[in-house]
Amino acid sequence: MPAINLSKAGREQSHASRVFDLAEMSLRELNQALHDLAPGSNETAWEVLHPRGSHSVAVGVDQPVAIDVRGSVGYYCGGMNDGGTITVHGSAGPGVGENMMSGQIIVKGDASQYAGATGRGGLLVIEGNASSRCGISMKGIDIVVHGNIGHMSAFMAQSGNLVVLGDAGDALGDSIYEARLFVRGKVESLGADCIAKEMRPEYLELLQGLLDRAGVTGVKAAEFKRYGSARTLYNFNIDNADAY
Amino acid sequence: MTYRNPPTTPRKSATFDDYTLSEIRRAAATGIYDIRGAGAKRKLPHFDDLLFLGASISRYPLEGYRERCDTSVVLGSRYAKKPIELKIPITIAGMSFGSLSGPAKEALGRGATLSGTSTTTGDGGMTEEERGHSKTLIYQYLPSRYGMNPRDLRRADAIEVVVGQGAKPGGGGMLLGQKISDRVAEMRTLPKGIDQRSASRHPDWTGPDDLEIKILELREITDWEKPIYVKVGGARPYYDTALAVKSGADVVVVDGMQGGTAATQEVFIENVGQPTLACIRPAVQALQDLGMHRKVQLIVSGGIRNGADVAKALALGVDAVSIGTAALVALGDNDPRWEAEYNELGTTAGAYDDWHEGRDPAGITTQDPELMKRVDPIAAGRRLANYLKVMTLEAQTIARACGKNSLHNLEPEDLVALTIEAAAMAGVPLAGTNWIPGKNGF
Repeated sequence: MPAINLSKAGREQSHASRVFDLAEMSLRELNQALHDLAPGSNETAWEVLHPRGSHSVAVGVDQPVAIDVRGSVGYYCGGMNDGGTITVHGSAGPGVGENMMSGQIIVKGDASQYAGATGRGGLLVIEGNASSRCGISMKGIDIVVHGNIGHMSAFMAQSGNLVVLGDAGDALGDSIYEARLFVRGKVESLGADCIAKEMRPEYLELLQGLLDRAGVTGVKAAEFKRYGSARTLYNFNIDNADAY
Repeated sequence: MTYRNPPTTPRKSATFDDYTLSEIRRAAATGIYDIRGAGAKRKLPHFDDLLFLGASISRYPLEGYRERCDTSVVLGSRYAKKPIELKIPITIAGMSFGSLSGPAKEALGRGATLSGTSTTTGDGGMTEEERGHSKTLIYQYLPSRYGMNPRDLRRADAIEVVVGQGAKPGGGGMLLGQKISDRVAEMRTLPKGIDQRSASRHPDWTGPDDLEIKILELREITDWEKPIYVKVGGARPYYDTALAVKSGADVVVVDGMQGGTAATQEVFIENVGQPTLACIRPAVQALQDLGMHRKVQLIVSGGIRNGADVAKALALGVDAVSIGTAALVALGDNDPRWEAEYNELGTTAGAYDDWHEGRDPAGITTQDPELMKRVDPIAAGRRLANYLKVMTLEAQTIARACGKNSLHNLEPEDLVALTIEAAAMAGVPLAGTNWIPGKNGF
C-alpha cells in the first residue's frame, strides 16, 4: 500500500503541478482554487500533499484537470466530480466519488463504504478492496474494483456497470434496477430480485472495454459472471411481499 | 292489542365505523394496503385549539391600517454567505416533479416569486419550469438523489437535506408506474412505467456524525454560499432539531403528520409521527437550550391553512412556516368544478387523495398531457400569490391586535389553549386558567 509519497523522484515528476499542502493550507482554499479554474485553464495538473484523512478533498471539480492526492482521504473524496481525474495514492474513506458525473477517480488503496454511491457517469477504479454498499443507488457510473466488495453492494443500483475482480459479499444487487454487475470471484449471496444472467457476446465486449479502461491486465472477460435484475419487483404484486 | 317491545335505534360501532369496515372489505378484496396522497386526515390537536388574547389594558394594539407590521425573514444566516431573504414567513414546501405536473410546478414558482417567497424542488430533480419561474428555489437533497447534480446544486438558492417528512417519518417515497412518463423516467434514471420506490435512508451517510460530514461536503461543493436546511419528519423534534444544529444546519425544517405526501400507505400516514402542534415547542426548546433560537431558523409545516395558523406557529417560536397541501388547493386541487369527474373516480371534491394514480381531474398530481393542460400556470400562480397575500394580511391583523410591529414578535404569552391537550403540547395556559399541563409538576 503506497503511503504518502514524498520521495525525491515523486516530487521531481510533479514539478509542473500546482501543489497544495493541506498541512499548510485549508481544505477550503484547495476546493475554492479548484472551483475557480476557468474552462481551458492551463493549470491542469494538481498535487495535494498531506491529506491526512481530510473529508471532501477535491469535491465539485468541474474542469478536466488531473489531481494527485498523496495520501489517504476521509469521506466523499471527489464527490460530484465532473470531468476531473483524481488519483488517491492511499485509501479512501466512505463515499469516494459519490454522485460522480464524469471523469475518473482511481484509489490505489482500499475504499470504505458507499464507494461511487449514486454516481451518474465516469469511471471509479479501486485497486484494493471496497467495503459494503459499493455502488449503492448507482445511476450510470462505471466502477471497477480489483479486490473484493462488501455486503449490500449495488443496492437499488439503477444504471451503470460494477466490475469486481474478487468476491462479493452478502445480498449483492438487492432491489437492483438496470445496472449490470460482473463478478469474477464468488458471490456470498444475491439480494432480492438479483439473478445471475447469461454473459452474451455484447457483455463480454462491454466488460473487456471496462477492464481496459481501468488498466486491468491478465484477466479475461470470460472469467466473470454477470448479474442483474429479474425485474419481478418492478411493479408491486402482493404475492411478492415476502421478497421485500 | 299486542305489546311490542320498543325498538332500539340501529347502532353502529364507534370502533368499527363505516370507514373502518370499508377498509377491511377493500383489503380483503385486493390483498394490498391502501396507498394515497395528502397527510393525516384524522382529527388532531391543532392550531384551532389555540386562541390569541389580543390587546387589553396591559397591552396596547397597533393601528391596523397605519402602523407597520414587518413580515420579512432571513433564513440561513448561520454559515451561508448568501442567506435567503423572504418578504413573508410562508414558504412553499418540497413537492416533486413527477408527483406534480410541470405546469403545477411552474405555477408554484410563479406564485412564490410574486409573493417574495421561496419554493422547493422535490424527489425528482430540478426542472427548468421551476428554476426559471422561481426567484428563490430550495433544492432538496434526498435519499434517492434522483436528478442530483452539481450544476443544479450551484444554481439553487439553498439546499435542503431531507431526512424525513411528516406524512411518513422513516418512510421512503413512492411513485407508481402510471406517473413514470418518459420525462419522469429520464430524470430519475429509471425504466418507464415501473413502480418506483425511493429509499428511506440516504445512501452515503447514517447518523448525526456522518450528516455533519455530508453537510461539509455540500458546503465545499457550493463554496459555502448556500444555506443548508435539514428537514425532518415530526418524530423526535427535540433531539432531531438538536442533532441537526449539531450537524451544522443553517435552518431546521420540522414537518408534522398533517404534512402531505404524493403517495404513501394510509396506515403510515395516519399512525406514524406527531401532530404539527406537538412538534413546535420541543423543537423551539432544543434551539433555546443550545442558545441557537433565531440563529438557526426553524421552519414548521403540516396543516398550515390561514394567517391565524401562521401567527400561532410564529408565536410559539418558529421563524417561518411552509405550505404544501394548501398551496395545491390554491392552484385548484380538489376544486368542486370537477365534481362529476371526482364522482367517476369514486370520490368527491375535497376528499380526492389518490394523487399517485395520475388521474387528477384538476391536472395537478398527474403526468397526463391532456389533464395537465387544465392548469394555467399564470392564472394558478396568481391564485397562489393571492392566497399567500391573504394569509400574510391575516397574520399581520392578529399581530397588530397583539401590539406587535413584527410577526416575529408574537410570543407564547399571546396565546391560550382551548383544550388540555393543546395546552400541554403548545406549552400555553388552558383558557381561563394559569395552568400549563406538565409545567410546575402538574
